[in-house]
Amino acid sequence: MEYALALLVLAALVAVVVARPLMRRGDEERLESGRIQELSAAKEAKYREIRDAELDHQMGKLSREDWRSVDRDLRGEAIVILRELDRLEGRQPDGVEGPA
Amino acid sequence: MAGVGSACLAIALLTALYAVAASIRGARTGRREWVTSGRRAMYCMAGLCVGAFVILEAAFLRSDFSYRLVAEGSSTDTPTFYKVTAVWATQDGSLLLWATLLSLFATAVLFLTRRSLRDIAPWATAVLGVVAAFFLCLMLGWENPFDTLAVAPQEGAGLNPLLRHPAMMIHPPMLYTGYVGFSIPFAFAIGALITRHTGADWIRATRRFALIAWTFLGAGIMLGALWSYTELGWGGYWAWDPVENASLMPWLVGTAFLHSIMVQEKRGMLKVWNASLICATFVLALLGTFLVRSGILDSIHAFGASTIGVQMLVFIACVIALSAGLIVARLPDLRSEAKLDSLLSREAFFLLNNLVLVGLCLVIMWGTFFPLISEALTGTEASVGPPWFDRLTTPLAIVLVLLTGIGPVLAWRRVTPRSMLRILRAPVTATGFAVVALLAFTDAAKSLPSLLMFSFVAFVLVVVAQEFWRGTRARRVMTGESWPRALARLTGRNRRRYGGFLAHAGIAVLFLGVAASSAFIQQRDVRLSPGDTVKVGDYKVTYERATAKLGGDSGGTGAPISLGAVMRVQRGGESYILRPSRNYYSTTDPSKGVISRFFDGEATSEVDVRWGLRRDFWLAVRPDLVSLEKPIARADRRFADSPGQVQAVVIQALTELYRQDPPPAAFRAIVSPLVTWIWIGGAIAVLGALVAAWPSPEARLRRVRSLYAARLGRELSRA
Repeated sequence: MEYALALLVLAALVAVVVARPLMRRGDEERLESGRIQELSAAKEAKYREIRDAELDHQMGKLSREDWRSVDRDLRGEAIVILRELDRLEGRQPDGVEGPA
Repeated sequence: MAGVGSACLAIALLTALYAVAASIRGARTGRREWVTSGRRAMYCMAGLCVGAFVILEAAFLRSDFSYRLVAEGSSTDTPTFYKVTAVWATQDGSLLLWATLLSLFATAVLFLTRRSLRDIAPWATAVLGVVAAFFLCLMLGWENPFDTLAVAPQEGAGLNPLLRHPAMMIHPPMLYTGYVGFSIPFAFAIGALITRHTGADWIRATRRFALIAWTFLGAGIMLGALWSYTELGWGGYWAWDPVENASLMPWLVGTAFLHSIMVQEKRGMLKVWNASLICATFVLALLGTFLVRSGILDSIHAFGASTIGVQMLVFIACVIALSAGLIVARLPDLRSEAKLDSLLSREAFFLLNNLVLVGLCLVIMWGTFFPLISEALTGTEASVGPPWFDRLTTPLAIVLVLLTGIGPVLAWRRVTPRSMLRILRAPVTATGFAVVALLAFTDAAKSLPSLLMFSFVAFVLVVVAQEFWRGTRARRVMTGESWPRALARLTGRNRRRYGGFLAHAGIAVLFLGVAASSAFIQQRDVRLSPGDTVKVGDYKVTYERATAKLGGDSGGTGAPISLGAVMRVQRGGESYILRPSRNYYSTTDPSKGVISRFFDGEATSEVDVRWGLRRDFWLAVRPDLVSLEKPIARADRRFADSPGQVQAVVIQALTELYRQDPPPAAFRAIVSPLVTWIWIGGAIAVLGALVAAWPSPEARLRRVRSLYAARLGRELSRA
């Protein structure tokens, strides 16, 4: 009896919680592409890479020539990511929101 | 309340299955409401599991013996502290702990990623739901912690005395947290593979969970070693026991994963390797859970034979098959985005360190499963012992420590040989001095592996110190800050990097303790009568007198009888007293007499240790009860029907008899050099991991919009 009652009560509680999003059809939202998140992750990683290279240079691990070469490559790669991010987000390079 | 507990588990299972179905539907149709509903179902499942766990804990705390589990694993005289831990000392309770921790971890990660990883997260939810549903099925089908007895006994069997140790209180939850924690990156890796989003975003979202899992698993392993050292009475901390190995294997592969994901984040390389590593880590975590429960390998830590071994094996086989199939199917999406620029680069050394870590894991796996392999091939079960493990793992461990030192000094992408030599000059010079000092002032030369290990540990420590010093100096040049401020800011703004260095230092220190205590341990097993003296290394040990206590043992474990010894230990001008003892717990075996059942139950060593930074002096005693056998047998016959109070007086008289005229007792004395550094090193490694796991300010940077180059410069200058 205790088991059956608990089953009913708990099942009802869970049903209320999980069914709520399904009731709000007006808020329906399509899944967005993961491309923006992926690019944001890549951007952060690239920034960290650039900072690491700079710190490595300042600590003497990278010669000035090596650092400049690595830094130039990394910044080039970062710019490609930023361009792609802006394109997906409909934004101009100078930060002005682009047309929808 | 047992019915409510069972109902919680049943609804949790249905909720987990619903979460799987809703998440997959949401992911396939793109309808967000189903994804949200599936995620909410996982939150509900966590609530239900926590509810079930609380109900079970309450049953243990109030000694409700109508629960089969409480009757089997606790008793009224079990101290409250250990009643709490008794839940996970049982098979069923530990499964509930597993499921509860998994549901909490899943809730945390799904909440944190609710607005990101929108393609991957629903699939990860489904994977986590499947894992949770499997463990809930195990409980509901075979090992229900809420099973009740038709007639509740007056008294329970009590907690296994070996588990009555503070380290045991938190060792299993820590291991499970580690095992469960690795299910998070595993689930997101599977989600990334399914959706073909094989970039670094799933790694960024789950890296901290992997690091937390690694930290907890490592801390759990350390606590297990500490328990072994101070409770099991053999004097060691690691015996290459199958269950110990089972916890070490996922930790090793998890360590490799934590290093190689950095290469994927920074260079877009090693994607197949990383997916394989996290799948392997999760499989090994399941294997560790299986080994403890299946009873297929003999271990002091195992629960013994159980009914869920086959089910776990089938589940592990399914996880391996599906993970491997998915990785193979997604090989075109897992191509590296860059090539290795140079063998003199951090990523190259990370790869090398990965190979050593995986090699170590394979060696340990072979040795652990050798009894099963030999039985399958020859029909005879043969096992490899600690010397086999030591012989094969020692060289790999030495190489690993060396790589721990070299990796951090290298830059990403490439470093010129000249730069490398310049950076390594100071550590190599310092290591040279350390070797000379070791040869001149210690016995390190007697053991070449130890000498190599000590040298490489010195190398790692100097490298780490140099990294902190150079980094702080560079920051001072840039900012003009004071040394302490520059050091704090440097570490705070590069937590992952400098936390990692701390962890490296901790692991090196840990290996220092392992090498010294393994190679230079001095041990003596002797029988002594009161007044006898024995020499152990430089120590003089005198058995002054026997002790006997009824209740109130020094460890607070609730042992009814504790017999021991007062030992004077002298070394040079130093003199102190150690009090090792042996606890005797009563048995419920009806074939035993009313008095003998207090002496013939489980017994545990309560060792006494003089801890020291240079060496520990470890002492255990095993009293000889032969002289008490006849009086106990007589008392069994004479006081069989006497009231409990009379029996207590008789037991007190018997222990007093032992105290006044003890026969020679067996002692084990061990001088273990630098063993304390194992625990210190472990603590430093945990601290480093926590520093690395702490969110960095960089994650909170606000976006800046401007022309790309200027924008880059501005955004970067914020660090």
